[in-house]
Amino acid sequence: MLKVQGLCKRYGDTEVVRSLDLDVRRGECFGLLGPNGAGKTTTLRLLLGLIEPDCGSIEIDGIAVPQHAREARMKVGVVPQMDNLDPDFSVCENLLAYGRYFGMEKSAIAARVPELLEFAGLAGKADALIAQLSGGMKRRLTLARALVHDPDILFLDEPTTGLDPQARHLIWQGLRRLIADGKTIVLTTHFMDEAERLTDRLAILDHGRIVAEGSPRALIESHIEPVVVEVFGEGLADWTRNHAASLCRRFETVGETLFCYLDNADTVIDALKHAPTLRYLHRPSSLEDVFLKLTGRDLRD
Amino acid sequence: MIKHLRLPLLSWRFIPVWHRNYQVWKKLAIPAILGNLADPMLYMLGLGYGLGSLLPDIGGMPYITFLAAGTVAYSTMNAATFEVLYSSFSRMHVQRTWDAILNAPLTLDDVMLGELTWAVTKSLLSGLAILAVIWGLGLFGNFWMTLWIIPVVALVGFCFGGMGLVMNAVSPSYDFFLYYFTLVITPMVLLCGVFFPVSQLPALLQGVSAWLPLTHAIDLARPLVVGNMPDNILLHVTALLVYGSLGYVIALAFTRRRLLR
Repeated sequence: MLKVQGLCKRYGDTEVVRSLDLDVRRGECFGLLGPNGAGKTTTLRLLLGLIEPDCGSIEIDGIAVPQHAREARMKVGVVPQMDNLDPDFSVCENLLAYGRYFGMEKSAIAARVPELLEFAGLAGKADALIAQLSGGMKRRLTLARALVHDPDILFLDEPTTGLDPQARHLIWQGLRRLIADGKTIVLTTHFMDEAERLTDRLAILDHGRIVAEGSPRALIESHIEPVVVEVFGEGLADWTRNHAASLCRRFETVGETLFCYLDNADTVIDALKHAPTLRYLHRPSSLEDVFLKLTGRDLRD
Repeated sequence: MIKHLRLPLLSWRFIPVWHRNYQVWKKLAIPAILGNLADPMLYMLGLGYGLGSLLPDIGGMPYITFLAAGTVAYSTMNAATFEVLYSSFSRMHVQRTWDAILNAPLTLDDVMLGELTWAVTKSLLSGLAILAVIWGLGLFGNFWMTLWIIPVVALVGFCFGGMGLVMNAVSPSYDFFLYYFTLVITPMVLLCGVFFPVSQLPALLQGVSAWLPLTHAIDLARPLVVGNMPDNILLHVTALLVYGSLGYVIALAFTRRRLLR
């Protein structure tokens, strides 16, 4: 459905996207994970043909981009990172206007509006103004707007950034419905739980390059020990010096927390019983651990 | 900049963009039309009769007729300019409406052609309102000749719409547009014969005036109000088309650099 080979994009001396290969199958939900500035949004803009790549090729459903970007975009629905609903229009008028950009007849769009509003959980809000909607409602309307022309593939750029937990769950629910309907989805995110919940496969992007690719489970199994004990509290530095190397298979200190990676946590937990000033959290390892291991723990601005 | 400069690819896809702006305008159509009518009418009545009663005829026409013809060009220039400066800037930069449209199968060429044709429409609306005032006050020589003012007004809208889009493309904020008004629009109003004949100016400024687009607009509109065929029609039409087209092409390049990089 989406084939990308050797894609690259440079701004001056900065290589924002470096020889990127992607192969997203029809009906798959594919995640692009990466810290801020990893090249996620640039990649999406390249896929849409909004900017020209310096090298490489892109095909959406067999259509070459950017050469035939217009035809390709007919098949794509986009949920951008920043809401750009039309504030001069009501909820319903937003959908009508957007459908026209795809060359649809007013009657054809109007016939789809009730279904789209139902999908977005905005059934009673057809005449509401955009300013009256909550953040979650705006996102859901943006998602409905992306579906107005019934696209085969959806590009979502950080679809739940800035939403509260309830609103995020509603978006996820909508996305799962679309996946069940057989839509292909490409989404960028820096929320690990979102990627773990939704994606069949994902690629972790850093400095414009794919550093790992696979299903969330497979990535965890191949990159990280199954169990993590996070240790923190008074006297951590001493305990780390004396015990961490012998007890942990691998460990890292980040700020005031020791991350101890293991196959089995029993011995560490026994040892911690003799250190009453320390507290700990014992949990299975997650995608976040893989992400931090591969992209590092330094702050990205 | 140079690598973004290329001939526009025109397509019919600009129509939904025009239609979008029309739909928004329709919501406030009545105050908009009243504004279109009231503004030039106040000018013409106030200045035309008030100031005009103190002045001799200019080139064989009463001052109010002279002013009415100038106002046709001046107001339609303003209509297109305000549209592509403040309103287009809101849509492009503040509301990000253009970004949303560019995710659909439209190019920037389509979006900006939609904005340009909408600016032409706004000029037409403004021009028709002034024509109505001219007809109502009987300030014309030959009714049928005044109908030619309608395409002239569209041309003026195209010219200043295209030019204004360049400002839109390079502006960091609304405040920037003041430079355009202070340095381009206002001097043009004073140099191009809106309120007084260009022949009153020193020779040097008359030479400058001959190159300005508003002069060409007025040279077309004023004879048509009085009931004469303008001289040098081809020159004036070409000048307005060139200013507008160059503006559109340059604006496209700057806007590509701004949005699509």
